[in-house]
Amino acid sequence: MQGNHAIAEGAIYAGARFYAGYPITPSSEIAEECSRKLPKLGGVYIQMEDEIASIAAVIGASLAGAKSFTATSGPGFSLMQENLGLAVMGEVPCVVVDVQRAGPSTGLATRPAQSDIMQIRWGRHGDQSVIALCPSSVKECFTLTVTAFNFAERYRVPVVLMPDEIVGHMRENVEVPAPGELEVVDRKRPAGPPADYKPFKADEDGVAPLAAYGGEYVFHVSSSMHGLDGYSNNDPANAAWRVKQLHEKIDRHRDEIVLTKRFGTDDADVLLVTLGATTRSGRAAAIEARRQGVKAGVLQLQTVWPFPDREVAELGRRAKMIVVPEMNYSGQIAGEVRKAVGPDVDLRQVNRYNGTIITPQDILAVMLGAK
Amino acid sequence: MSHATGTKYLKGGILPHMWCSGCGIGIMLGALLRAFEELDYTTTDTVVVTGIGCTGKADDYMITNALHTTHGRALAYATGIKAYNPRLNVVAIMGDGDGVTIGGNHFIHACRRNIDLTAVILNNLNFGMTGGQVSGTTPPQRYTSTTAYGNPERDFDICALAEAAGANYAARCTPYHGWEMKENMKEALTKKGFSVVEVVSPCPTHFGRHNEMKETPDMLHWLRDRAISIEDYRRLPEAERTERLAIGTLVSRDFPDFNTQYELVKARAQKG
Amino acid sequence: MTTRSDHFEVILAGTGGQGLILSGILLAEAAILEGKNVVQTQSYGIASRGGLSLAEVIIDTEEIIFQQVQRPDCILALTEEATRKYEGWAAKGVPILYDSTLANARTAPNFTGYAFTQTASDLGNEMSVNILALGTVAAKTGVVRMETLEQMIRKRFKGTAVEMNLKVLAAGRDLTAR
Repeated sequence: MQGNHAIAEGAIYAGARFYAGYPITPSSEIAEECSRKLPKLGGVYIQMEDEIASIAAVIGASLAGAKSFTATSGPGFSLMQENLGLAVMGEVPCVVVDVQRAGPSTGLATRPAQSDIMQIRWGRHGDQSVIALCPSSVKECFTLTVTAFNFAERYRVPVVLMPDEIVGHMRENVEVPAPGELEVVDRKRPAGPPADYKPFKADEDGVAPLAAYGGEYVFHVSSSMHGLDGYSNNDPANAAWRVKQLHEKIDRHRDEIVLTKRFGTDDADVLLVTLGATTRSGRAAAIEARRQGVKAGVLQLQTVWPFPDREVAELGRRAKMIVVPEMNYSGQIAGEVRKAVGPDVDLRQVNRYNGTIITPQDILAVMLGAK
Repeated sequence: MSHATGTKYLKGGILPHMWCSGCGIGIMLGALLRAFEELDYTTTDTVVVTGIGCTGKADDYMITNALHTTHGRALAYATGIKAYNPRLNVVAIMGDGDGVTIGGNHFIHACRRNIDLTAVILNNLNFGMTGGQVSGTTPPQRYTSTTAYGNPERDFDICALAEAAGANYAARCTPYHGWEMKENMKEALTKKGFSVVEVVSPCPTHFGRHNEMKETPDMLHWLRDRAISIEDYRRLPEAERTERLAIGTLVSRDFPDFNTQYELVKARAQKG
Repeated sequence: MTTRSDHFEVILAGTGGQGLILSGILLAEAAILEGKNVVQTQSYGIASRGGLSLAEVIIDTEEIIFQQVQRPDCILALTEEATRKYEGWAAKGVPILYDSTLANARTAPNFTGYAFTQTASDLGNEMSVNILALGTVAAKTGVVRMETLEQMIRKRFKGTAVEMNLKVLAAGRDLTAR
């Protein structure tokens, strides 16, 4: 199965029944698969006029009760940003897949990159938090897509899944989980009298139940600053409460959201911090390094945002050296690692930004090179 | 028999509204809510989708379901709602900026897709909320706060655009013709497929002030004097049409709508 | 990296439109059917036709960590451009099977030329060169059984295309007998 197909299958497994998108390399296989599968399941596949409309339709469908998603790549993701902000502000569960390709601009349309990391975190105007997950294999394309929907539903947020082109187009043998094997979460629905329903009145877990248009609960959702009832409210105290609450509902569940995998980190003198396809380069490099007598381990960031700073700090401060391989020029992950471990740690970067893959040899050269 | 007032869809204690005196948005909203009432719309089964601008504030006054969206994208949000739940009455309320300027691409594709929504577009010939800048419907050589020496561009004819792009229904009205407006709203709401009601409206605060219609009623009179029923308009010689504004039902036809077409897709998929 | 006997890496390279990514998929699926782990990756340009296009397949009985070919066990090259790109491997002992119809003849050790495109054309379908060459690669390396590939072809194609592709696959296998 191909990574992109696994994402479509994972979405359907998680209960997604609405896809709106606009084709773009290297994500289009997700749209194609959804156009074949969703009508069979009674779901909706709709190709919109652009990515702006695609995410808008996804948000509209979610409020009408669907688990909904879209897939794109960097250029399309840029177009989605403003409306993605509405999903944050209106607390609308949905999933956006950004199959990362090399930029800037049209860049190398068929080549991989990991350079949308900061676009995903900070691409929208206004201050807000976001959840983003990054798969490194076809199997994780499936499982982390299910997780992305679960997070979206549980916390009423948009979740970004950010495979790189390598993982999106890679084919591997995977066992598709049986129904029931993976947990599938559905959004909380309101239960009280319809007249009392306030779509932004959070329960104790910081998340408000969400009704669906067309049911007995009538509700307002707004891109403008709003109060508990969803109607416009420009009061500074209300605005401060809203912004804080949007951040806090992610912050307080941080430990459930931050997912990492560790490979040989217990005794690691050299810690590799990796995401996506470079996890595999890193793991191969670590095995070779140990063969040469260097204790290397890999911390894979399955969750990229919120950034696993505590996990990085815990392992990074024990290590003599941290190496961060990533397919971008500026070291978008390395910068976060530096923030997590402080200025005194020997932190080395392995960066590729030419649309080709970081090899284990690239990493070994930096890891075992002159100290 | 008593007339519909539409007040049952109005949020309690919300009036007076925010719009300037002489603005047409209040009249438009009144006509729409009366149309809802005459059609027995329920608040549960109705979703109002708005954009950004003076007209985009309309949802603040209503107690139906609502989604107040980003500038120009209301139709795209509305498309997602209607595509997923065809049972809902979905109405997008937009200004000319939302509807056919920043949102022009969504408008023509909503027409082409012929999705069963109603777009109510209040066309006040400029961007009112942001201070009266030129829009895609400002007539040529007219003055706005960003066309100090006249508009060098042409304006869109919203109804002609809807017709060419494939909408099933397009009507034009003015706040001077409130009764007809409500009738057009009802036709649009009950028409299967994409329907558009263009409400050409005064903006005395900005457009009027820039274009020698300073007094509050001036633009309303200007619209009254230019308006002519589409039937009479069609009888006019070409040369006499230029300064006139055809009002009434300009387009009404019955192409299959998106949801009906999509049912065929689903049936084919489920058979295979 | 080390190479174990149960670890196999192949590069299938040519030009866009020759269908080599499909060859890679068929090879990978056949290996899965034989109980192996596989990773198939690809590299291609923006054009559906033309430009260097390649599929990499790694087959292993254990988990495949790094997904790209590090040291190929076999390289298939269907154009001169592809042959030139990889010819350095021949000196390191990697067999390169190249298309003698489209690429210049090589006499150095480890190069074997087969008239892939000509043979496919003679069989009536030049477009099936990908299946033909897959037959040759499989026969030459033994990495998957011919019967498994035949099974994959029956699954992938429909109608008359099944028989045509089976015929072409067999012809590819038979090229190695010469």
